Amino acid sequence: MTGHPEARAKRASKGRVEYLLRLGDNALVLAQRSAAWVAHAPVMEEDVALANVALDLFGQAKLWLEYAGKLENGGRDADALAFHRDSGDFRNLLLVERPNGNFADTIVRGYFYDAWANLALHALARSSDEHVAAIAAKSAKETAYHLHRSEDWLIRLGDGTELSHDRAQHAVDELWRFTGEMFLGDDVDAEMTSAGIGFDPASLREAWLERIGIAFANAALAQPADDWMQRGGKQGHHSEALSYMLAEMQVLPRTYIGAQW
Amino acid sequence: MSGSKDWPLWEIFVRSENGLAHKHVGSLHAADAEMAVQHARDLYTRRNEGVSIWVVKSSDIVATDPSQNESFFEPSEDKAYRHATFYHVPEGVKHL
Repeated sequence: MTGHPEARAKRASKGRVEYLLRLGDNALVLAQRSAAWVAHAPVMEEDVALANVALDLFGQAKLWLEYAGKLENGGRDADALAFHRDSGDFRNLLLVERPNGNFADTIVRGYFYDAWANLALHALARSSDEHVAAIAAKSAKETAYHLHRSEDWLIRLGDGTELSHDRAQHAVDELWRFTGEMFLGDDVDAEMTSAGIGFDPASLREAWLERIGIAFANAALAQPADDWMQRGGKQGHHSEALSYMLAEMQVLPRTYIGAQW
Repeated sequence: MSGSKDWPLWEIFVRSENGLAHKHVGSLHAADAEMAVQHARDLYTRRNEGVSIWVVKSSDIVATDPSQNESFFEPSEDKAYRHATFYHVPEGVKHL
């Protein structure tokens, strides 16, 4: 890296803010998606379970975004970042913004993410940034349970009735193209990896595939061939699905600025 | 998928801290024991209520027959000497 030390420091901090937004937005978007199941889940027990997952993820998002806002040093807190950014400013993976669909779609989407987040958070728990390491270590415990739950459901659905199997397989086939982005690094990843703050996304791929492979075998699900993978969410290129979700999520604080309840 | 009406009912027991006994906290529906434990975790320990959970299929619980209450429970009503009220409790003994 070249240039004036001050400019270099500023760039470094910009990369870190970007990195934290990615982590925070993943949790925030999936939390909002999961929370939309409340009062719509197939059974009351799942209603509460999905809400618990959502609340864990909202908590994780708050910690990441709070820290991003602090490093950004522009007066934005977690709420400002969550409610007053537009779709193009979000840095989440395309996978987590996929619509809820049916219960199998939600479980498979959650499972793909949980299996990745479990690895990512364990890597981040060794971050040279103590704050990142602390948030990751706390989140890893929650995500370990989310993964346990979603993997259990994946196997139940895949190895369940003909209908549940077909829906689970359909969800796997539809969502597979959004999994590639999780292992695709860019300049920000490279910068954070060399600084010891983050991890190389490609390094998680093998462990992720291994875990998924075992679960698919137990669930009698077929792993799709690696075809074209969607990308761009981390850089702010999102599907319209995210815009609709944000419209609902943000309407209140944007309409009634400073509203309290 | 099948609704909870097809799932058996489970009775949930939670131990709030080590050293205490598991206490009945309620019931829920689940397809099997493992799901029952997960649902119990999400329904009954989300506010940090427990360190251990037991789940038992409701149909496996054998209960007393209310019509036999007279013979089962009333005979002990007038036997105050069975209560440990005639002993001094040593200091420092908790959870008695």
